[in-house]
Amino acid sequence: MQTKRMTFSNNWLPYALLAPQVIVTLIFFIWPASQALYQSFLRQDIFGLRTTFVWFDNFNRLFADPLYLNSLKVTFWFSVGTTVLSMSVALLFAVMVNRMIRSRDSYTTFLVWPYAVAPAIAGVLWWFIFNPSIGIMPYMLKGFGYDWNHRSSSTDAMTLVIIAAAWKQISYNFLFFLAGLQSIPQSLIEAAAIDGASRFKRFWTIVFPLLSPITFFLMVVNVVYAMFDTFGVIHATTEGGPAQATNILVYKVYRDGFVNLNLGSSAAQSVILMGIVIVLTVIQFRYIERRVNY
Amino acid sequence: MVENNRWGNLFAHLVLILGVAIVIFPVYVAIIASTHPPGTFIRGVMPLLPGPNALENYKTVITQGRSQAGTPPIGGMLWNSFVMAMAITIGKLSISLLSAFAIVYFRFPFRIFFFWVIFLTLMLPVEVRIVPTFQVVADLGMLNSFAGLSIPLIASATATFLFRQFFMTVPEELMEAARVDGAGPMKFFKDILMPLSITNIAALFVIMFIYGWNQYLWPLLITTDPEYYTIVMGIQRMVTGGDSEPLWHLVMATVVLAALPPILVILFMQRLFVKGLTETEK
Repeated sequence: MQTKRMTFSNNWLPYALLAPQVIVTLIFFIWPASQALYQSFLRQDIFGLRTTFVWFDNFNRLFADPLYLNSLKVTFWFSVGTTVLSMSVALLFAVMVNRMIRSRDSYTTFLVWPYAVAPAIAGVLWWFIFNPSIGIMPYMLKGFGYDWNHRSSSTDAMTLVIIAAAWKQISYNFLFFLAGLQSIPQSLIEAAAIDGASRFKRFWTIVFPLLSPITFFLMVVNVVYAMFDTFGVIHATTEGGPAQATNILVYKVYRDGFVNLNLGSSAAQSVILMGIVIVLTVIQFRYIERRVNY
Repeated sequence: MVENNRWGNLFAHLVLILGVAIVIFPVYVAIIASTHPPGTFIRGVMPLLPGPNALENYKTVITQGRSQAGTPPIGGMLWNSFVMAMAITIGKLSISLLSAFAIVYFRFPFRIFFFWVIFLTLMLPVEVRIVPTFQVVADLGMLNSFAGLSIPLIASATATFLFRQFFMTVPEELMEAARVDGAGPMKFFKDILMPLSITNIAALFVIMFIYGWNQYLWPLLITTDPEYYTIVMGIQRMVTGGDSEPLWHLVMATVVLAALPPILVILFMQRLFVKGLTETEK
């Protein structure tokens, strides 16, 4: 890794400069993470008096636990739903805004601000709109003969949290897609137009393939978002229910650790989550290294 | 434009106007709901036009909160959120600037090692180490304090990387000139590097402030004293606090107040926001 050609020489200053960052990292990141790793091999009796070393027993139990397997499945569908919904809507908006010349900036302003809304608030907003007794959506859906109730129906609850999580993420995806669209050389599109390709064909054979690096990058970012940043959406609305239908992994770690006080199991779940983040981060960074040349 | 298709443009405008309407709708509904008296919500479907109670509702949440559910007045929570967000933002920016400076402008043993230690924070979000981090903070006696709310969140690999990249683009000659003139490293940092980085700092400031303001899980874990509740987590207590249906007119007034500051930051600093967002991901 590079430094400047010419550097300052000082024996202690660089360490002093790094100290605050490194100390915070060690105390609040690396130490707890290693504790989680350590605790995932332990089991405490119910009174917290004795702990025994149980090797991989916590992990074995997790993967035999139908609740955990359910949570994995729920997380998978939640992430896929959020990513697909939010990216496709954002791409549609970006393509439309990119056609505009004078109104581009004003549309952008109207579309970027949901980024600022906290996931928990996004959850509460949509929860209100979909409230079975007073919400406007259930009222309209009733007109179509659908009886919406996210308090009893698993599908309804899942749909609700996906919409809330995706809504907030549209702005982020939109900005990146718009930047991607603007960097596509106009000459390519003109050449295709001269050859007689329709607007629709130009989009799918030229624009969309050229966007693929950004699409892939956004997919990773959105999956990370859906898996780790949506705790607030779940906690402020469905609280994992009904019948575990929205109990995503991050919410389950919190419940098992803080409400059910099952430390061993919670630590093992943390370790699995760490594994997932590490894999996703590595994918993201390997890809970014390649994008530098692109 | 390759061809100018009037109907196509009209269609695009229609799609966008509809899209913007859908994106704005939840917040519109919240603002409307916050202006109605409590009775409206017992009588069926939520209203879509403003009601007469706006001033009263906002006054109630700001000064009284919802005492029977144990929610303190919103005024205090807004202040707490602001202090937490500012502490996180300033903390992240200053320690990241210093560490990027050390990594780029010095050669010393274990430089790469420290770089990887900082990099690791990217892989360990709070959500994956909830219980042990809580234990550390509890052992240090930092529960229910602003230090506990902010310090554990101020390590930042993204900011460090961004500043590192920016410092690498600063011309070598500047530092050579500074050294010839007899400036030490800290003088160079303060008088040359900092002024050059000001746009980057401002862009990151916007992103970090929003990040700090919107913290949810962390304040939820470490504050048990209503004195330290932040507004974003306080809303959850209002929604689930009572046994009955939430008092929607008050909840929505709180929601509007909680969402407004970061939204205003984005709207007024849109250019910096876009710069900060797209550059931190490179």
